[in-house]
Amino acid sequence: MTQTLTEAEIKKSTKQDLFESPDFYGIDDLLTEEHILIRNSVRDFVKKEISPIIEDCAERNIFPEYLVPEFGKLGLLGPTVSTDYNPNGGLDYISYGLMMQEIERGDSGMRSTVSVQGSLVMFPIYTFGSEEQKKKYLPKLASGEYLGCFGLTEPNHGSNPSGMESRLEDKGDHYVLNGAKMWITNSPKADIAVVWAKNDEGRILGVIVERGMEGFSAPTIHDKWSLRASVTGELVFNDVKIPKENVLPGVSGLKGPLNCLDSARYGISWGAIGVAMDCYDTARRYALERKQFGKPIAGFQLIQKKLAEMLTEITKAQLISWRLGVLKNEGKATTAQISLAKRNNIEIAMNTAREARQILGGMGITQEYSIMRHMMNLESVVTYEGTHDIHLLILGHEITGIQAFR
Amino acid sequence: MKILVCITHVPDTTSKITFTNDNTELDKGGLQFVIGPYDDYALARAVEIKEQLGGTVTALNVGQQETEPTIRKALAIGADDAIRIDAEPTDAYFVAQQIAEVAKAENYDLIMMGRESSDYNGGQVHGMVGEMLGIPSLSPVMKLDIDKGVAKMAREIEGGKEYLEASLPLVLGCQEPIAEWKIPNMRGIMGARKKPLKVITPTNNDTLTTPESYELPAPRTDVKLIDADNTAELVSLLKNEAKVI
Repeated sequence: MTQTLTEAEIKKSTKQDLFESPDFYGIDDLLTEEHILIRNSVRDFVKKEISPIIEDCAERNIFPEYLVPEFGKLGLLGPTVSTDYNPNGGLDYISYGLMMQEIERGDSGMRSTVSVQGSLVMFPIYTFGSEEQKKKYLPKLASGEYLGCFGLTEPNHGSNPSGMESRLEDKGDHYVLNGAKMWITNSPKADIAVVWAKNDEGRILGVIVERGMEGFSAPTIHDKWSLRASVTGELVFNDVKIPKENVLPGVSGLKGPLNCLDSARYGISWGAIGVAMDCYDTARRYALERKQFGKPIAGFQLIQKKLAEMLTEITKAQLISWRLGVLKNEGKATTAQISLAKRNNIEIAMNTAREARQILGGMGITQEYSIMRHMMNLESVVTYEGTHDIHLLILGHEITGIQAFR
Repeated sequence: MKILVCITHVPDTTSKITFTNDNTELDKGGLQFVIGPYDDYALARAVEIKEQLGGTVTALNVGQQETEPTIRKALAIGADDAIRIDAEPTDAYFVAQQIAEVAKAENYDLIMMGRESSDYNGGQVHGMVGEMLGIPSLSPVMKLDIDKGVAKMAREIEGGKEYLEASLPLVLGCQEPIAEWKIPNMRGIMGARKKPLKVITPTNNDTLTTPESYELPAPRTDVKLIDADNTAELVSLLKNEAKVI
């Protein structure tokens, strides 16, 4: 089961994290001085706080909960929320993307914790919430005092969220919530949950459910082979009384949760680049050091082919996400454009991880290197927030105008 | 408390160093630059002292425009304002003169910097600045507390530590563990551009040294493992190959 231990109980690796990111097409020239400082600061944070503990956390299935307030202090939680509610906020989407790249370079589970908080909890409260809700929840979520989660997926409704069975029954001065949500990042440790459920008319509404409300529980999902440093669970609602002021007033219908997912998927497209970069960097270093037949294996054509293809795909992914970030900043990025980026970048990250692991030979399967952990994590990342195939069908719909996913 | 922190703009410590112009100049192509690691400790402690006692921290760098992102990072970490003296930092004497010139007009209580820069590692600037200003300078300072105008310090000395006190003003060359490096948060980064960064022209162009050439240390060679019973081979290698005995 997922454990939450104190910092002192986690084994710290003394191996120095030497990661350097490739920038073959001079993407840095497209960034501002602030973007570069943000990227470098998050990288320094990951090297200091995440890299030394992550192998032990992943091996022993430990969620390093003590890092959540540290994420808040650095300003990683909800950076695009305005400074009215988040002193570290007011950042653009390129900044947000670079943060996700760097955190996921450390670990996809850590990135999941952060992006759920920012894109799936703070974003809907900020975008669809009342002023009272924003004031009540956003500062605590930004500082990491509160951890949040997002309830959309149900045991019987994954790719088809509109079929959800969770119900909000109007009782006049309050609602009663019944139903269950599944595969919820952060849920067992969350202080609040943004939950989507249908009202009496069948419209989807968002509500804020607080830990401790009667009839609400969040059991842990045990024995994952993926995202082992983050905590995943269910949300179970058994006649939970929800005050009417906890309903998000600004939205109804599936576009509410889908808007949140657009923001999170955008971040994941950057995160996947981070994983690919880490695997590439590990493989490149290893290939230059490891000797066979009297020379570094980097001198063999088949190794060079692997490295050249990795760098090519990373560079293409960087350009996709950078351009998508510009569109996001201009408010023009479409769901289909985000699907293309999420789908492509995770696929290239998976391929990069697999090729990198082969370059490392037997060493690649050990905990000495990050590659196998990344590979296992990516199996979740390619599945959640719209599966690989669903994103393909979103693009198919965009191209032809014909829906093929139902 | 009015503190001046002098920072250098140096290649990242993991950079691969090469030279140009007949090995007389560093090749800056492709290098990432950072705040000098020892200066970064000094800056971190200066910000902590400001938070504890109030006052201001000014970051100063002698460098051309390319160093401004490094200076902005110092502002993001917590310096209140910054000064860039618009000149190539040719040698320690030149840099010390520029710092002393600024400091004469400003009456800082503390002038802090790294024990040495991590590029040319001269370790002379703090001593020269102290001399030019006629105030004490100490290095390498690894612990610093200010109590009623008195600096209580620990200094690394050969084989041990020296604990000492001195009245302000002081010039200090700093090293770890005086403080932990600070990573700027997003608020600091976004606020850095709004903080004043004054660019001033150098006052004096005296440079006392000119590098003739640089060379890199010999690359690390492979480790040779010798069987514990084979001392004769070990002695022979130490004598004939390593030439140390």
